[in-house]
Amino acid sequence: MSNPILTLSHLTKRFDELLVLDDLSLTVHEGEVVVIVGPSGCGKSTLLRCMNALEEIQGGEIRLHGELVSKSSKNLTELRQKIGMVFQSYDLFPHLTVLENIVLAPMKVQKRSREDASKEAMALLARVGLEEKAASYPRQLSGGQKQRVAIVRALCMHPEILLFDEVTAALDPEMVREVLDVILRLADQGKTMLIVTHEMQFARAVADRIILLEAGRIQEEGTPEEFFDSPKTERAKKFLQTFTFERKRLEQPQSQN
Amino acid sequence: MPDLGLSVLLKGKNFARILGGLGVALKISLVSVAISLLLGTLLGILMTWKNPLSRAILRLYLEFIRIMPQMVLLFLVYFGTTRAFGWNLSGELSSVIVFSLWGTAEMSDLVRGALTSIPAHQYESAAALGLSKRQSYFFVVLPQAVRRLIPLSINLITRMIKTTSLVLMIGVVEVLKVAQQIIEANRMSSPNAAFGIYLTVLLLYFFACWPISLLAKYLERRWR
Ligand SMILES: Nc1ncnc2c1ncn2[C@@H]1O[C@H](COP(=O)(O)OP(=O)(O)O)[C@@H](O)[C@H]1O
Ligand SMILES: [Mg+2]
Repeated sequence: MSNPILTLSHLTKRFDELLVLDDLSLTVHEGEVVVIVGPSGCGKSTLLRCMNALEEIQGGEIRLHGELVSKSSKNLTELRQKIGMVFQSYDLFPHLTVLENIVLAPMKVQKRSREDASKEAMALLARVGLEEKAASYPRQLSGGQKQRVAIVRALCMHPEILLFDEVTAALDPEMVREVLDVILRLADQGKTMLIVTHEMQFARAVADRIILLEAGRIQEEGTPEEFFDSPKTERAKKFLQTFTFERKRLEQPQSQN
Repeated sequence: MPDLGLSVLLKGKNFARILGGLGVALKISLVSVAISLLLGTLLGILMTWKNPLSRAILRLYLEFIRIMPQMVLLFLVYFGTTRAFGWNLSGELSSVIVFSLWGTAEMSDLVRGALTSIPAHQYESAAALGLSKRQSYFFVVLPQAVRRLIPLSINLITRMIKTTSLVLMIGVVEVLKVAQQIIEANRMSSPNAAFGIYLTVLLLYFFACWPISLLAKYLERRWR
């Protein structure tokens, strides 16, 4: 693999007594797509939030291109521009149109001109099939459209790495696809991404590496083939079983005529 | 058709006097409203800060003002403080002070409520995009808070306008007082004047507050 972009070393995160991340280390390389899976409540969201310094950490460190990411970093807003994040909840700004949502940070944070930012925003919207929605407000969009806009909003900042936290978890099934397709295309373009998801088929297709997070640690990691077809640990086997269904059918009773 | 006593309105300068009284009431309320919106917004923002001392003081102020009937406050300022401290306050100035104290307290609570009602993920997604604290506040939080605030503060403003009718109790000659004077002066010639005159006062209050409600409805629809 090429250069490391994001390095977590010996990360420890506690909420008071509750130990959520326990001495966790992880490196993400340029162009790599890492998918994080794990049971609900195992700390996936917390892990992503730490990477963006939305949470304080109690031990270890996070470095982006060697620069320390922490709540007290002086250049935190610069570092955050390089880390794009899309959350599970629809987090568009409700008082701004789609286009305004996208160009706000490029204009205010990166001091780009409105024309420049709008031009890029429209091009990105077109790529996700939403250019007609530029003047709409978030409340006028479906869940899937909102998440695609949120992805475009993150992309427009030219981040070096994108973090996705269960971006389809709150969507109706028929909208999941349109959002996952957008992420797949980003993977094709070589974007560096860290994706938390419960969509196992998608994980298999998009990932270069899959990580199982449980009990605050990385329990297993490997290529999608290794992880899904021949999991090594009991935890991974057990986790994967939660996605398969079986029914023990009774013998058909003899038809009584 | 019963005699509603409306003819009294047309006698002499009666109608002009009533309008003048309304002017006094509106002047007191609008000055108080302006002061309340400004100070209330500042205090409301202060209340969302984490400093426990300033929060406790502001909370105390709010609760105190809320519990006190406005009439008692008017008496306290107009009769009480002028005696106790020996200064001279006109009835109008006392009214402005009392209504500003009250309006500021209520407004600060509305502003605090609007600011804290903005969900945390709005702050977080602004931060994740690289916006500074101040930028998040100006471009994301405040505009949303203002939209939530409009209908609530309009409601407060109309309440303040209506409540100014109390100031006749400290000798301010506003619309209701003028109405009383006119009815009193015409008690012999038109004993039914009370109905017509008070009805007129009612309509005047209605036309003073109605446009404000319309404006609120319009803004609400635009910023839904
Ligand atoms: N702000 C918080 N305060 C206290 N506990 C929290 C907070 N956020 C998350 N937790 C706890 O941390 C654990 C991990 O949560 P989370 O990262 O959201 O899990 P996941 O995203 O994997 O479902 C859970 O037990 C959750 O209850
Ligand atoms: Mg989560």
